[in-house]
Amino acid sequence: MKKTKILIATAVLGIATFVAIAADHIDAPAVQGGTSDITDFYAFRGEDQSNLVLVANVQGLLTPGATSSASFDENVLLEFNIDIDGDNVEDLVIQATPRDGKMYFFGPTAPSQTGLNSSIMSTSANAGIVDITNYGETAIIEEFGGMKFFAGPRDDPFFFDFNKYTEIIAGDASGFDNPGDDTFAGSNVLSVVVEVPKSMIGTSGTINTWVESKRKQ
Amino acid sequence: MKINNIKLFAVAILASMTAFNCSNDDDNTTEPEGLNFTGTYVQEDQMGRPAINTVFVNDGMKDTFNTTIPSDMSAAFQSAFQTKLETLSPAYDPASPDDANALGFTAAQFTSVLATDVLTVSLDAPTTFFDGTNILTGRNLTDDVIDVELILIFGGEEGLTNPEFPGLTSDNVASNDKDFLTSFPYLASPW
Repeated sequence: MKKTKILIATAVLGIATFVAIAADHIDAPAVQGGTSDITDFYAFRGEDQSNLVLVANVQGLLTPGATSSASFDENVLLEFNIDIDGDNVEDLVIQATPRDGKMYFFGPTAPSQTGLNSSIMSTSANAGIVDITNYGETAIIEEFGGMKFFAGPRDDPFFFDFNKYTEIIAGDASGFDNPGDDTFAGSNVLSVVVEVPKSMIGTSGTINTWVESKRKQ
Repeated sequence: MKINNIKLFAVAILASMTAFNCSNDDDNTTEPEGLNFTGTYVQEDQMGRPAINTVFVNDGMKDTFNTTIPSDMSAAFQSAFQTKLETLSPAYDPASPDDANALGFTAAQFTSVLATDVLTVSLDAPTTFFDGTNILTGRNLTDDVIDVELILIFGGEEGLTNPEFPGLTSDNVASNDKDFLTSFPYLASPW
Protein backbone atom coordinates (compact mmCIF):
# COMPACT_ATOMS: atom_id res chain seq x y z
CA MET A 1 0.00 0.00 0.00
CA LYS A 2 2.74 2.40 0.95
CA LYS A 3 4.66 1.43 -2.15
CA THR A 4 1.60 1.99 -4.35
CA LYS A 5 1.16 5.46 -2.90
CA ILE A 6 4.74 6.31 -3.63
CA LEU A 7 4.35 5.01 -7.17
CA ILE A 8 1.24 7.13 -7.69
CA ALA A 9 2.97 10.16 -6.25
CA THR A 10 5.95 9.56 -8.52
CA ALA A 11 3.71 9.22 -11.55
CA VAL A 12 1.83 12.40 -10.70
CA LEU A 13 5.07 14.29 -10.10
CA GLY A 14 6.43 12.92 -13.35
CA ILE A 15 3.43 14.16 -15.29
CA ALA A 16 3.55 17.53 -13.57
CA THR A 17 7.25 17.92 -14.35
CA PHE A 18 6.71 16.91 -17.93
CA VAL A 19 3.99 19.45 -18.62
CA ALA A 20 5.30 22.39 -16.59
CA ILE A 21 7.34 24.04 -19.25
CA ALA A 22 9.12 26.99 -20.68
CA ALA A 23 8.93 30.75 -20.16
CA ASP A 24 5.67 30.55 -18.27
CA HIS A 25 3.74 28.31 -20.65
CA ILE A 26 1.51 25.84 -18.76
CA ASP A 27 3.54 26.54 -15.64
CA ALA A 28 1.16 25.40 -12.94
CA PRO A 29 -1.74 22.95 -12.53
CA ALA A 30 -4.50 25.52 -11.95
CA VAL A 31 -3.90 27.44 -15.17
CA GLN A 32 -2.24 25.10 -17.67
CA GLY A 33 -4.10 24.81 -20.94
CA GLY A 34 -6.72 27.32 -19.79
CA THR A 35 -7.63 30.82 -20.89
CA SER A 36 -5.78 32.52 -18.04
CA ASP A 37 -2.44 30.77 -18.67
CA ILE A 38 0.21 33.44 -19.23
CA THR A 39 2.97 32.20 -21.51
CA ASP A 40 5.24 35.21 -21.61
CA PHE A 41 5.79 38.81 -20.63
CA TYR A 42 7.99 41.39 -22.37
CA ALA A 43 8.77 45.03 -21.56
CA PHE A 44 10.94 47.08 -23.91
CA ARG A 45 11.27 50.57 -25.30
CA GLY A 46 9.40 51.20 -28.50
CA GLU A 47 10.40 52.26 -31.97
CA ASP A 48 9.85 55.73 -30.51
CA GLN A 49 12.28 55.46 -27.61
CA SER A 50 10.18 57.73 -25.43
CA ASN A 51 7.58 54.94 -25.32
CA LEU A 52 7.49 51.68 -23.39
CA VAL A 53 5.97 48.52 -24.92
CA LEU A 54 4.33 45.87 -22.75
CA VAL A 55 3.42 42.43 -24.13
CA ALA A 56 1.37 39.72 -22.43
CA ASN A 57 0.94 36.40 -24.20
CA VAL A 58 -1.60 33.76 -23.14
CA GLN A 59 -2.79 30.35 -24.33
CA GLY A 60 0.48 29.04 -25.76
CA LEU A 61 1.39 26.16 -28.03
CA LEU A 62 -1.47 26.84 -30.45
CA THR A 63 -1.02 24.98 -33.70
CA PRO A 64 -1.98 26.95 -36.83
CA GLY A 65 -5.06 24.74 -37.06
CA ALA A 66 -6.12 25.54 -33.50
CA THR A 67 -5.41 29.27 -33.68
CA SER A 68 -8.55 30.45 -35.52
CA SER A 69 -10.81 28.96 -32.86
CA ALA A 70 -8.76 30.24 -29.90
CA SER A 71 -10.22 33.30 -28.20
CA PHE A 72 -9.66 35.60 -25.28
CA ASP A 73 -11.92 34.85 -22.31
CA GLU A 74 -14.36 37.60 -21.28
CA ASN A 75 -14.08 36.40 -17.69
CA VAL A 76 -10.32 36.94 -17.63
CA LEU A 77 -8.63 40.25 -16.86
CA LEU A 78 -5.01 40.70 -17.92
CA GLU A 79 -3.23 43.25 -15.78
CA PHE A 80 0.18 44.83 -16.33
CA ASN A 81 1.52 45.90 -12.94
CA ILE A 82 3.98 48.75 -12.54
CA ASP A 83 5.85 49.53 -9.31
CA ILE A 84 7.57 52.90 -9.52
CA ASP A 85 8.88 53.24 -5.93
CA GLY A 86 10.72 49.94 -5.51
CA ASP A 87 8.51 48.18 -2.95
CA ASN A 88 7.24 45.52 -5.39
CA VAL A 89 3.67 46.70 -4.89
CA GLU A 90 1.87 48.02 -7.96
CA ASP A 91 1.41 51.79 -8.13
CA LEU A 92 -0.08 51.72 -11.63
CA VAL A 93 -1.92 49.10 -13.65
CA ILE A 94 -2.87 48.75 -17.28
CA GLN A 95 -5.83 46.38 -17.55
CA ALA A 96 -7.06 44.54 -20.65
CA THR A 97 -10.22 42.49 -20.97
CA PRO A 98 -12.29 41.46 -24.03
CA ARG A 99 -15.97 42.15 -24.73
CA ASP A 100 -17.81 41.26 -27.96
CA GLY A 101 -14.75 41.01 -30.19
CA LYS A 102 -13.01 44.10 -28.83
CA MET A 103 -10.22 44.40 -26.28
CA TYR A 104 -10.80 47.15 -23.72
CA PHE A 105 -7.81 48.78 -22.04
CA PHE A 106 -7.86 50.85 -18.84
CA GLY A 107 -4.79 52.65 -17.50
CA PRO A 108 -2.09 53.44 -16.68
CA THR A 109 -4.01 54.28 -13.54
CA ALA A 110 -3.69 53.69 -9.81
CA PRO A 111 -5.65 50.53 -8.91
CA SER A 112 -8.49 50.76 -6.40
CA GLN A 113 -6.76 47.98 -4.47
CA THR A 114 -3.41 46.21 -4.81
CA GLY A 115 -2.79 42.48 -4.62
CA LEU A 116 -4.66 39.37 -5.66
CA ASN A 117 -8.12 40.86 -6.18
CA SER A 118 -8.87 43.55 -8.74
CA SER A 119 -11.73 45.69 -9.90
CA ILE A 120 -11.75 46.92 -13.47
CA MET A 121 -10.87 50.62 -13.54
CA SER A 122 -13.47 51.31 -16.21
CA THR A 123 -13.66 55.04 -15.44
CA SER A 124 -9.92 55.58 -15.94
CA ALA A 125 -9.06 58.69 -17.93
CA ASN A 126 -6.48 56.63 -19.81
CA ALA A 127 -8.26 54.01 -21.89
CA GLY A 128 -8.48 52.47 -25.33
CA ILE A 129 -10.42 49.98 -27.42
CA VAL A 130 -9.20 47.85 -30.32
CA ASP A 131 -10.98 45.25 -32.45
CA ILE A 132 -9.44 41.86 -31.74
CA THR A 133 -7.59 40.83 -34.89
CA ASN A 134 -8.90 37.55 -36.30
CA TYR A 135 -6.56 34.79 -37.41
CA GLY A 136 -5.40 35.50 -40.95
CA GLU A 137 -6.25 39.22 -40.82
CA THR A 138 -3.76 42.06 -40.99
CA ALA A 139 -3.01 43.33 -37.49
CA ILE A 140 -5.58 45.92 -36.36
CA ILE A 141 -3.96 48.75 -34.41
CA GLU A 142 -5.66 51.60 -32.57
CA GLU A 143 -4.12 54.74 -31.12
CA PHE A 144 -5.59 56.89 -28.35
CA GLY A 145 -3.93 59.59 -26.30
CA GLY A 146 -0.42 58.65 -27.37
CA MET A 147 -0.97 54.95 -26.63
CA LYS A 148 -1.17 52.07 -29.13
CA PHE A 149 -3.19 48.89 -28.73
CA PHE A 150 -3.28 45.42 -30.31
CA ALA A 151 -4.92 42.11 -29.39
CA GLY A 152 -4.96 38.90 -31.37
CA PRO A 153 -3.03 35.80 -32.42
CA ARG A 154 0.71 36.11 -33.12
CA ASP A 155 3.65 33.80 -33.61
CA ASP A 156 4.98 32.75 -30.18
CA PRO A 157 8.11 34.91 -29.87
CA PHE A 158 9.68 32.55 -27.34
CA PHE A 159 12.48 30.22 -28.44
CA PHE A 160 14.05 27.37 -26.47
CA ASP A 161 15.08 23.76 -27.03
CA PHE A 162 12.82 22.78 -24.18
CA ASN A 163 12.68 19.11 -25.14
CA LYS A 164 16.45 18.76 -24.76
CA TYR A 165 16.35 20.65 -21.45
CA THR A 166 13.77 18.13 -20.23
CA GLU A 167 16.03 15.24 -21.23
CA ILE A 168 18.96 16.84 -19.41
CA ILE A 169 16.94 17.39 -16.23
CA ALA A 170 15.68 13.79 -16.45
CA GLY A 171 19.25 12.53 -16.75
CA ASP A 172 18.70 11.26 -20.28
CA ALA A 173 21.12 13.70 -21.95
CA SER A 174 24.38 15.26 -20.79
CA GLY A 175 24.11 18.53 -22.70
CA PHE A 176 22.36 20.51 -25.42
CA ASP A 177 22.59 19.66 -29.12
CA ASN A 178 24.22 22.05 -31.55
CA PRO A 179 22.26 23.27 -33.37
CA GLY A 180 19.34 23.04 -30.98
CA ASP A 181 15.72 22.52 -31.92
CA ASP A 182 13.24 25.30 -31.03
CA THR A 183 10.34 23.55 -29.29
CA PHE A 184 8.12 26.59 -29.95
CA ALA A 185 8.77 26.86 -33.68
CA GLY A 186 5.58 27.03 -35.69
CA SER A 187 3.30 27.66 -32.70
CA ASN A 188 1.12 30.66 -31.91
CA VAL A 189 -0.12 32.55 -28.85
CA LEU A 190 -2.81 35.13 -28.16
CA SER A 191 -1.07 38.47 -27.64
CA VAL A 192 -1.99 41.72 -25.97
CA VAL A 193 0.39 44.54 -26.87
CA VAL A 194 0.21 48.07 -25.51
CA GLU A 195 2.65 50.93 -26.13
CA VAL A 196 2.58 53.77 -23.65
CA PRO A 197 4.51 57.06 -23.39
CA LYS A 198 7.05 56.75 -20.59
CA SER A 199 5.79 60.15 -19.37
CA MET A 200 2.57 58.40 -18.27
CA ILE A 201 4.63 56.14 -15.98
CA GLY A 202 7.64 58.11 -14.80
CA THR A 203 10.42 60.26 -16.09
CA SER A 204 13.55 58.26 -15.32
CA GLY A 205 15.03 55.47 -13.24
CA THR A 206 14.01 51.84 -12.93
CA ILE A 207 10.55 50.38 -12.49
CA ASN A 208 9.43 46.87 -11.57
CA THR A 209 6.86 45.25 -13.84
CA TRP A 210 4.93 42.00 -13.99
CA VAL A 211 1.74 40.70 -15.55
CA GLU A 212 -1.19 38.94 -13.90
CA SER A 213 -4.27 37.09 -15.11
CA LYS A 214 -7.38 37.31 -12.95
CA ARG A 215 -10.72 35.59 -13.32
CA LYS A 216 -14.15 37.05 -12.55
CA GLN A 217 -15.69 35.48 -9.47
CA MET B 1 -6.45 7.62 2.53
CA LYS B 2 -5.47 6.12 -0.76
CA ILE B 3 -8.97 6.46 -2.15
CA ASN B 4 -9.08 10.06 -1.00
CA ASN B 5 -5.88 10.76 -2.87
CA ILE B 6 -7.29 9.24 -6.03
CA LYS B 7 -10.50 11.23 -5.56
CA LEU B 8 -8.54 14.42 -5.15
CA PHE B 9 -6.56 13.67 -8.26
CA ALA B 10 -9.76 12.96 -10.18
CA VAL B 11 -11.22 16.25 -9.01
CA ALA B 12 -8.05 18.04 -10.07
CA ILE B 13 -8.21 16.46 -13.53
CA LEU B 14 -11.89 17.34 -13.85
CA ALA B 15 -11.18 20.88 -12.74
CA SER B 16 -8.41 21.29 -15.27
CA MET B 17 -10.53 19.79 -18.05
CA THR B 18 -13.39 22.09 -17.13
CA ALA B 19 -11.06 25.07 -17.10
CA PHE B 20 -9.80 24.07 -20.53
CA ASN B 21 -13.31 23.77 -21.89
CA CYS B 22 -14.29 27.18 -20.62
CA SER B 23 -12.28 29.00 -23.25
CA ASN B 24 -15.34 30.13 -25.16
CA ASP B 25 -17.58 30.53 -22.17
CA ASP B 26 -18.76 34.05 -22.76
CA ASP B 27 -22.49 33.69 -22.45
CA ASN B 28 -24.57 34.88 -19.52
CA THR B 29 -21.71 36.81 -18.00
CA THR B 30 -22.18 40.16 -19.73
CA GLU B 31 -25.36 42.14 -19.47
CA PRO B 32 -27.27 42.01 -22.76
CA GLU B 33 -27.87 45.79 -22.90
CA GLY B 34 -24.32 46.91 -22.33
CA LEU B 35 -20.84 46.10 -21.26
CA ASN B 36 -20.31 44.85 -17.76
CA PHE B 37 -16.98 45.58 -16.14
CA THR B 38 -18.18 45.09 -12.57
CA GLY B 39 -17.16 42.40 -10.15
CA THR B 40 -14.04 41.13 -8.48
CA TYR B 41 -11.30 39.48 -10.51
CA VAL B 42 -9.13 37.04 -8.58
CA GLN B 43 -5.58 36.14 -9.51
CA GLU B 44 -4.73 32.87 -11.25
CA ASP B 45 -1.36 33.37 -12.98
CA GLN B 46 1.48 35.88 -12.90
CA MET B 47 4.89 36.34 -14.42
CA GLY B 48 7.81 38.73 -14.22
CA ARG B 49 11.01 37.15 -15.51
CA PRO B 50 10.95 34.20 -17.91
CA ALA B 51 10.94 30.61 -16.66
CA ILE B 52 11.11 31.35 -12.93
CA ASN B 53 8.08 29.32 -11.86
CA THR B 54 8.98 26.56 -14.30
CA VAL B 55 12.59 26.17 -13.19
CA PHE B 56 12.74 27.16 -9.54
CA VAL B 57 9.39 26.33 -7.97
CA ASN B 58 8.82 22.80 -6.81
CA ASP B 59 5.80 20.84 -7.99
CA GLY B 60 3.02 21.32 -5.52
CA MET B 61 3.94 24.98 -4.97
CA LYS B 62 3.53 26.33 -8.51
CA ASP B 63 -0.07 27.51 -8.03
CA THR B 64 0.91 29.07 -4.71
CA PHE B 65 3.76 30.93 -6.41
CA ASN B 66 1.32 32.29 -8.99
CA THR B 67 -0.91 33.64 -6.25
CA THR B 68 1.74 35.13 -3.95
CA ILE B 69 2.12 38.90 -4.32
CA PRO B 70 5.67 39.92 -5.32
CA SER B 71 6.34 41.77 -2.07
CA ASP B 72 5.76 38.49 -0.19
CA MET B 73 7.69 36.24 -2.58
CA SER B 74 11.20 36.58 -1.17
CA ALA B 75 10.20 35.53 2.35
CA ALA B 76 8.10 32.67 1.00
CA PHE B 77 10.42 31.28 -1.69
CA GLN B 78 14.08 32.40 -1.43
CA SER B 79 15.18 29.47 0.71
CA ALA B 80 13.45 26.88 -1.50
CA PHE B 81 14.91 28.55 -4.63
CA GLN B 82 18.41 28.27 -3.17
CA THR B 83 17.95 24.57 -2.43
CA LYS B 84 16.59 24.06 -5.93
CA LEU B 85 19.49 25.94 -7.54
CA GLU B 86 22.08 23.98 -5.58
CA THR B 87 20.34 20.73 -6.50
CA LEU B 88 20.04 21.71 -10.15
CA SER B 89 23.53 23.04 -10.78
CA PRO B 90 26.90 21.66 -9.69
CA ALA B 91 28.27 25.19 -10.26
CA TYR B 92 26.85 26.02 -6.81
CA ASP B 93 28.27 23.62 -4.22
CA PRO B 94 26.53 24.05 -0.85
CA ALA B 95 29.87 23.13 0.74
CA SER B 96 31.42 26.16 -1.01
CA PRO B 97 29.02 29.02 -0.27
CA ASP B 98 31.34 31.42 -2.13
CA ASP B 99 30.54 29.70 -5.44
CA ALA B 100 29.15 32.43 -7.67
CA ASN B 101 27.93 33.14 -11.19
CA ALA B 102 29.09 35.58 -13.86
CA LEU B 103 27.34 38.43 -12.04
CA GLY B 104 29.31 37.60 -8.90
CA PHE B 105 26.15 36.39 -7.15
CA THR B 106 26.35 33.43 -4.77
CA ALA B 107 23.45 30.97 -4.65
CA ALA B 108 21.96 32.93 -1.75
CA GLN B 109 22.36 36.29 -3.51
CA PHE B 110 21.16 35.07 -6.91
CA THR B 111 18.04 33.41 -5.52
CA SER B 112 17.23 36.43 -3.38
CA VAL B 113 16.99 38.36 -6.65
CA LEU B 114 15.07 35.67 -8.52
CA ALA B 115 12.54 34.87 -5.80
CA THR B 116 10.85 38.26 -6.24
CA ASP B 117 9.54 37.59 -9.72
CA VAL B 118 9.35 41.06 -11.21
CA LEU B 119 10.99 42.35 -14.38
CA THR B 120 13.06 45.47 -13.80
CA VAL B 121 12.78 47.97 -16.64
CA SER B 122 14.91 51.06 -17.19
CA LEU B 123 13.15 54.18 -18.38
CA ASP B 124 16.54 55.58 -19.51
CA ALA B 125 18.89 52.85 -20.74
CA PRO B 126 18.43 50.47 -23.68
CA THR B 127 16.04 47.72 -22.61
CA THR B 128 17.45 44.20 -22.58
CA PHE B 129 17.61 41.09 -20.43
CA PHE B 130 21.36 41.15 -20.99
CA ASP B 131 23.30 42.54 -23.95
CA GLY B 132 26.86 42.31 -22.66
CA THR B 133 26.62 45.77 -21.06
CA ASN B 134 23.13 46.36 -19.73
CA ILE B 135 21.76 43.80 -17.28
CA LEU B 136 18.06 43.33 -16.52
CA THR B 137 16.89 46.64 -17.95
CA GLY B 138 13.85 45.00 -19.57
CA ARG B 139 13.17 42.16 -21.96
CA ASN B 140 13.27 42.46 -25.74
CA LEU B 141 11.59 40.00 -28.09
CA THR B 142 15.03 39.15 -29.51
CA ASP B 143 16.75 38.56 -26.16
CA ASP B 144 18.05 35.01 -25.76
CA VAL B 145 16.81 34.88 -22.18
CA ILE B 146 17.25 31.13 -21.85
CA ASP B 147 20.99 31.31 -22.62
CA VAL B 148 21.37 34.15 -20.11
CA GLU B 149 19.64 32.09 -17.44
CA LEU B 150 21.60 28.93 -18.33
CA ILE B 151 24.88 30.88 -18.08
CA LEU B 152 23.91 32.25 -14.68
CA ILE B 153 22.77 28.83 -13.45
CA PHE B 154 25.45 26.52 -14.90
CA GLY B 155 28.29 28.83 -15.98
CA GLY B 156 30.04 29.55 -12.70
CA GLU B 157 32.15 32.65 -12.06
CA GLU B 158 33.47 32.84 -15.63
CA GLY B 159 30.21 31.82 -17.24
CA LEU B 160 30.46 34.31 -20.10
CA THR B 161 33.93 33.38 -21.30
CA ASN B 162 34.91 30.08 -19.70
CA PRO B 163 31.80 28.30 -18.39
CA GLU B 164 32.15 25.48 -15.91
CA PHE B 165 29.63 23.31 -17.76
CA PRO B 166 29.78 24.48 -21.39
CA GLY B 167 27.33 21.85 -22.65
CA LEU B 168 24.68 23.34 -20.37
CA THR B 169 25.14 27.09 -20.88
CA SER B 170 23.46 27.41 -24.29
CA ASP B 171 20.58 25.56 -25.89
CA ASN B 172 21.98 26.64 -29.27
CA VAL B 173 18.69 28.22 -30.30
CA ALA B 174 19.68 31.87 -30.63
CA SER B 175 16.67 33.45 -32.27
CA ASN B 176 12.98 33.15 -33.01
CA ASP B 177 11.59 31.17 -35.94
CA LYS B 178 10.07 34.33 -37.46
CA ASP B 179 11.52 37.83 -37.78
CA PHE B 180 10.04 40.45 -35.49
CA LEU B 181 8.63 43.72 -36.81
CA THR B 182 10.39 47.04 -36.30
CA SER B 183 7.02 48.74 -35.65
CA PHE B 184 4.00 48.14 -33.46
CA PRO B 185 2.80 45.46 -32.67
CA TYR B 186 6.39 44.14 -33.05
CA LEU B 187 5.43 40.45 -32.76
CA ALA B 188 5.38 38.43 -35.99
CA SER B 189 2.14 37.35 -37.66
CA PRO B 190 0.90 33.91 -36.63
CA TRP B 191 1.78 30.68 -38.41
